[in-house]
Amino acid sequence: MLSVKGLRANVGDKEILKGLDLEIGPGEVHAIMGPNGSGKSTLSHVLSGRDGYTVTAGSATFEGHDLLELEPEERAQLGLFLAFQYPVELPGVNNTYFLKAALNSLRKARGEPELDAVAFLRLIKEKLKILHLDDSLLKRAVNAGFSGGEKKRNEIFQMALLEPKFAILDETDSGLDIDALRVVAEGVNALRSPERSMIVVTHYQRLLDYIQPDYVHVLAHGRIIRSGGKELALELEEKGYGWIDAELAA
Amino acid sequence: MTGASAVEDIVKSEYEHGFTTQIESDTLPPGLDEEVVRAISQRKGEPEFMTEQRLKAYRHWLTMREPEWAAVDYPRIDFQAISYYSAPKRPEDMPKSLDEIDPLLLETYNKLGIPIEEQKALAGIAVDAVFDSVSVATTFRATLAEAGVIFCSISEALHDYPELVKPYLGTVVPYTDNFYACLNAAVFSDGTFVYVPKGVRCPMELSTYFRINARNTGQFERTLIVAEAGSYVSYLEGCTAPQRDENQLHAAVVELIAMEDAEIKYSTVQNWYPGDAQGVGGIYNFVTKRGDCRGARSKISWTQVETGSAITWKYPSCILRGDGSVGEFYSVAVTKGRQQADTGTKMIHIGKNTSSTIVSKGISAGEGRQTYRGLVRIGQRAEGARNHTQCDSLLIGDRCAANTVPYIEVKNPSAKMEHEATTSKISDDQLFYCRSRGLTEEDAVSMIVNGFCKEVFNELPMEFAVEAQKLLSISLEGAVG
Repeated sequence: MLSVKGLRANVGDKEILKGLDLEIGPGEVHAIMGPNGSGKSTLSHVLSGRDGYTVTAGSATFEGHDLLELEPEERAQLGLFLAFQYPVELPGVNNTYFLKAALNSLRKARGEPELDAVAFLRLIKEKLKILHLDDSLLKRAVNAGFSGGEKKRNEIFQMALLEPKFAILDETDSGLDIDALRVVAEGVNALRSPERSMIVVTHYQRLLDYIQPDYVHVLAHGRIIRSGGKELALELEEKGYGWIDAELAA
Repeated sequence: MTGASAVEDIVKSEYEHGFTTQIESDTLPPGLDEEVVRAISQRKGEPEFMTEQRLKAYRHWLTMREPEWAAVDYPRIDFQAISYYSAPKRPEDMPKSLDEIDPLLLETYNKLGIPIEEQKALAGIAVDAVFDSVSVATTFRATLAEAGVIFCSISEALHDYPELVKPYLGTVVPYTDNFYACLNAAVFSDGTFVYVPKGVRCPMELSTYFRINARNTGQFERTLIVAEAGSYVSYLEGCTAPQRDENQLHAAVVELIAMEDAEIKYSTVQNWYPGDAQGVGGIYNFVTKRGDCRGARSKISWTQVETGSAITWKYPSCILRGDGSVGEFYSVAVTKGRQQADTGTKMIHIGKNTSSTIVSKGISAGEGRQTYRGLVRIGQRAEGARNHTQCDSLLIGDRCAANTVPYIEVKNPSAKMEHEATTSKISDDQLFYCRSRGLTEEDAVSMIVNGFCKEVFNELPMEFAVEAQKLLSISLEGAVG
């Protein structure tokens, strides 16, 4: 589904990703763990098309499309979704209105009919139910004045509504207390399906107590240095990230 | 015959003559002197007092100097090169077809979904029949007459109700007020008169759109709205479609008077031609708008969406004279391309427990330049006055500019004043966030800008708000990138 090969990317003159390989099949959930500054967020941003990164080598294809050639909205239209580490506030823009515009813009691009207000509200109600959320967030402006937990929940809600084929959760657990973490993780689990793949980027193992990944990768110094099953996450939890440098130095 | 039914009769009798003012057949040569002022008054068949007022204004104007304090640049206007009275253009002098009109303008019309016949009228092309709105207008007038509301051109009003016009005209904006208001007082061409009798709630939003003739009276327009005690009226001015006009200088004067417990809501969507990409040919819009909350607990609310004109110089203001009166100013101003705007408001608190609210949203894109200029004055006697001002600027791109110049004068220690101001740019983060959800960059910009303006759009009557949002989106297309 997603195939990343030898990906190198710079921020300014500084190389952050240094030849990254990643293969993700349909329905798979991959966790990417790593210390601060290892390139986790850069990977998320490069895959979703954020400005400010220069890809110097390698490729990223999604269902046969060259991702790196596409604008962010085109990637979204193909079914890619990024849950932001720091969701952005849009003052004055009503959350429901924003979601309707986003969904209809995706539907339009895919040649599907746009949803009218009634159909859209029905859909929203259905999704709220799945995620056990109330509708209080919908009446407010997008992320404006939201608490950290509300912002992350709103991201997951957007994901539920936009139904991406491929979601990248960029440090979705950061800044969440344990209760909020559970709510968000349950939401993510409710959205797992054989057709939907995910990358879960995280610094800590604790998120993976709730979202059980199929594979775990360790990202360090811009490359994936180890891959394994979910037991790798536990090993990291135990040893910390210190051993990586030791191992690389050896 | 009671007073109310007398007014009704007068209003009704008007309909027999139809809805149009008389069309004069001649045009005065360019230039301005006392003869020209007299000639204007004469051609309009005005009462003697009006001729005298015009002459007084003209004589005073000669002693005045063009204001230079606004943060706008334009070549000096040659006031002797302007024709101050022109009959509607003859068809042979007008553009013959849409082919002769700026294609960008036509593109905008199409985006707004304006029918082709209406496009022609807006672009100043000779059309045989102007719309089918005459019947609409007739129904409209009948409803108003029933309520006793007078809504007509100021020329008609001077003819037919001089006793209603004379005590009010020039009492809010005296001819001595400022250079352009003074010029207007001397040479005003036409405009609108609204009179809402005591205790009457005007049954509909009054819109110049229904006054077909208003289309030809743009240059020196004069509007007077009088709301008697306990009445309410909402007035909509302008049109979202960009309007072209051969006259480059527009110096309108609007006076609002609200008596005890009366409320006037005045909404404007101004979208005069801003000129071509270099700013050539755009309208200079130098307007004096002022409301007088004359009675206790009266309320005047200005809402404006300013997207057009090459230069805008405009400060809709409120004089809060009556105790407990309320003034509001909600504004969205957009400058893009080479547009310049120096706009804001004045809230003059005179009465006790008066309150005012100012919400100004300025958006600059391209090489647009914009200044918010506002004055809040709390007089000595204005015990318990309150003001809240919020002044936000949004910049798009890195060649535009926004200034905020708030003046605050407080002479009563019990006043409560709040002032908030922000300047922001549409951030790359915001754009990326929207785009990653599938929105195009243009949709994202329009969504963010509309969100920024929401507090003001909420104040507009419903249909106007929808149109204003659409207009804003179109105005800012291609502003980023």
